[in-house]
Amino acid sequence: MSTDAAAPMAPSLPVLTAKDFASDQEIRWCPRCGDYSILAQMKKVLPTLGIPREKFVFVSGIGCSSRFPYYMNTYGFHSIHGRAPAIASGIRISRPDLQVWVITGDGDALSIGGNHLMHAIRRNLDLKIILFNNQIYGLTKGQYSPTSPLGKKTKSTPMGSVDNPVSPLCYAIGSEATFVARSVDVDIKHLSMVLERAAHHEGTAFVEVYQDCNVFNSGAFEYATDKAQKAESVVYLEHGKPLVFSGGKKGIRLNGMTPEIVELGKGITEDDLLFHDEKAMEPSLAFLLTRMRHPEFPEPLGIFRDVKKPIYDRAVNEQVAKACAKGEGDLDGLFNSGDTWVVN
Amino acid sequence: MSSSSGAAAVLDPPDNPGKQQLQLPSVVIRFCGDSGDGMQLVGTQFTNVSAAFGNDVVTLPDFPAEIRAPQGTLAGVSGFQLNFSSEDIFTAGDQVDTLVAMNPAALKTNLADLRHGGTLIVNEEEFDKSNLLKAGYAVSPLETGELSTNYRLHKVPMTRLTRDAVAGLGLSVKEADRCKNFFALGVVYWLYERDRKPTEDWISDKFAKTPSIAEANLRALRGGFNYGFSTEAFTTHYYVPPAKLPPGKYRKITGNEATAIGLVTAAKRCGKSLFYSGYPITPASDILHELAALKKFKVRTFQAEDEIAAMSAVCGAAFAGEIAITASSGPGICLKGEAMGLGVMTELPMVIIDVQRGGPSTGLPTKTEQSDLLLAMFGRNGDSPLPIVAAASPGDCFTMVQEAVRIAVEFMTPVIFLTDGYLANGSEPWLIPRMEDLPPIQVSHPPGNTSAPDMVNGEGENEFMPYRRDERLVRPWAIPGTPGLEHRIGGIEKKDVTGNIDYSPLNHHHMTMTRQNKVAGIAEHIPLQDVEGPETGELLVLSWGGPFGVVRTAVRRAQDEGLSVAHAHLRYLNPFPRNLGEIISKYKKVLIPELNVGQLRMLIRAKYLVDAAGLNKIQGKPFLVHEVLDVIREMLGQTPAAQIPAGQPSLKETVKG
Repeated sequence: MSTDAAAPMAPSLPVLTAKDFASDQEIRWCPRCGDYSILAQMKKVLPTLGIPREKFVFVSGIGCSSRFPYYMNTYGFHSIHGRAPAIASGIRISRPDLQVWVITGDGDALSIGGNHLMHAIRRNLDLKIILFNNQIYGLTKGQYSPTSPLGKKTKSTPMGSVDNPVSPLCYAIGSEATFVARSVDVDIKHLSMVLERAAHHEGTAFVEVYQDCNVFNSGAFEYATDKAQKAESVVYLEHGKPLVFSGGKKGIRLNGMTPEIVELGKGITEDDLLFHDEKAMEPSLAFLLTRMRHPEFPEPLGIFRDVKKPIYDRAVNEQVAKACAKGEGDLDGLFNSGDTWVVN
Repeated sequence: MSSSSGAAAVLDPPDNPGKQQLQLPSVVIRFCGDSGDGMQLVGTQFTNVSAAFGNDVVTLPDFPAEIRAPQGTLAGVSGFQLNFSSEDIFTAGDQVDTLVAMNPAALKTNLADLRHGGTLIVNEEEFDKSNLLKAGYAVSPLETGELSTNYRLHKVPMTRLTRDAVAGLGLSVKEADRCKNFFALGVVYWLYERDRKPTEDWISDKFAKTPSIAEANLRALRGGFNYGFSTEAFTTHYYVPPAKLPPGKYRKITGNEATAIGLVTAAKRCGKSLFYSGYPITPASDILHELAALKKFKVRTFQAEDEIAAMSAVCGAAFAGEIAITASSGPGICLKGEAMGLGVMTELPMVIIDVQRGGPSTGLPTKTEQSDLLLAMFGRNGDSPLPIVAAASPGDCFTMVQEAVRIAVEFMTPVIFLTDGYLANGSEPWLIPRMEDLPPIQVSHPPGNTSAPDMVNGEGENEFMPYRRDERLVRPWAIPGTPGLEHRIGGIEKKDVTGNIDYSPLNHHHMTMTRQNKVAGIAEHIPLQDVEGPETGELLVLSWGGPFGVVRTAVRRAQDEGLSVAHAHLRYLNPFPRNLGEIISKYKKVLIPELNVGQLRMLIRAKYLVDAAGLNKIQGKPFLVHEVLDVIREMLGQTPAAQIPAGQPSLKETVKG
């Protein structure tokens, strides 16, 4: 940000660039970590929002992803394991003028911090929660995480994990999240679009980003990133449009409440397919989409849900404003409330 | 407490011929019954009326952990004790002068505390076979003659009289029976010449929406009063004149009320708004309730999903620039430990209130104890020093919670404020302060985009240094939204000055010592310790927290007996007042009475290398005056004069080795 005192006061906000959001700290993620790409997209998106840099706060927990705030030249709080949504809640409730982002990982958000995540989401606090899902504990060097698939062999599961994984998006929709989206670290344009949409959402925006841990869980999301496989294994969600994938050859049709893959042609047209409605207040269809997992189905990417509901921090501050509407309280009056008596 | 001395009798007082009036300096009453009998309610009413009359009052509520334990059982007994006096008193009284027992279970659990010759009022109709069985009485104690020999026993058919009083109002039997507590209160109001009017007003206001219930309670209250007035069961009633308190305007206040009001006051003195987050827990929840109702003072309350979240939200709000507060009790404080450590590392101002209760684990949720001192002192990983302050009485919570806030914002540190269940729920008359007498608390945030020293690096470039310190080792409180001060903080060790991550050995040593020395240096900014009694002598009694009143009373009595004893009561526990070591060195012996196994004693012994003796009680109850007095006498070579009353467990059981 320019601090040149000689420059005339600009009537509008100074134009910021990605560079303005880069801190002076050396980035310490492993080479080729998926986190680099997410950081780069974030630095590109923030300057487009028209919000002064000092109004951003990034809050994170513990894990590789949680180093993120150190690399942003905004206000930042690298906190303790799993608690970022709770810390962010305290910031946002007391300072609704700030845009608060939570950067978290699969272990941070869904294992040690599962409770805080659920409550932040169901309250619909105005937080942008970005969950970097790499399906592994990277910082502690390779134990299975709550999103690791069954059978996953890791240092703590040498014979394969017997722990049923949780789907971050099922969890979010189960907590009635008002904004739910998924993207992939290397899908730069898509990721930018999703982050921008999250930034503009009022209420909790929950974004899962498939992120490759190339050291401890390399290629976990290859099906969603490899050009040769991707057409068959992901389907892009677009509001008001049918779910089509495989280069337009296949689509998703609903058979009762069960999705099925159909080939277009042979009497089946796009009109037979499931049309995506991200604005639907009823979350059941969005939930159904979150249940579609590779390899049985192509996995949906994009905005699953984007609806408006009352926002917790706004409601708290409205109650305070209402209570103060007739003037702020008088402390001497408070001291003297109840039965009083005078001793002479 | 002594109702036998100082009594002046008047026969046939003009307003109540045929009866005798006795004047007493001080009386202890305890109401006890089933937890559904409304004993806390009538106890509070009696307290309010007595306080408003001008007596000095100290209360001790004692209720079961279960909201509704099975009716009539020992586990379900709820009690409310109050001491009202024409003198300056500090305790709720060792022994009870008048006991109101609404059922056999209440009688059984409370009789031991009634002094020999005291007044015992029972609802005789509750002494039926079933209730006697539940209380473990083989035969009714009302029939054996023992009670009428040892006490002034009044068997009152309260159930029938209450039903008669409310007859014609169309109430169900259940509704009618719920008015019994006011009947009992009415009897005691007559007995102690209390003004019914404030309670009548309270009833009319409370039950304004159900006029028949209001009328029933009013009739029950008057019925009880008239019962005392007109029947021959009571021949004497008592008068306790107003106390000579320092002049001024008073109200009654509990510790939790004083804490909540003190927090709002502290925020105002800082010129800032208050953020409070908490998770419901006994006995701290009332602070949340009080503050949630004070939104017009710009208080934001957040009932978090758990204790961890409540503490974490406080860290966030402190970073955001609020006066950030949380309160809990032992089990909750354990859960908050991790985020409190984050507060230590990030050096943000916040206050953590621990309303202590019996532990460990769930312990005794509704009973008092002082066993979290070492938890407050050391209950976090790493070397993580925190200032600790503690209130001495319910009203003192108002003062000390403001001290906690002052220290937090002046020194950029979390501060722990210790109270306990006894202080939190107990009440006393409170000399109402005036806001204009309370000085502002200085809070400063570095302004953005300036060339202040904090913002200029070695090359003269404008760069904010979040861990550059002033002469007191305090770092700046730069809040989000300030242009040019963007910075990152977190739980990882900080590099001195820049606040960037730094794991290097010498930096960690330096930062650990800096945090330690910053907290130690607060000793220069708190009052010196005062002592009541001789400046040098045989024995110093050193106390902290809730036992203040009992210890002060015991020491004064010992001084009246000519013993060489002084009392120092600590309100600042970390750091200690800077003259404490010198004070301790002036007495041959030191006694530390605590409601734990000796936690302050451990700290005092470690810091001052003094062979302090302990008096330790872990019964979920405050000390009694005689328990402290006996030990003072014993340590000074006197034979304990008073015998421990029957039924009082001995404090002789101590830690071995």
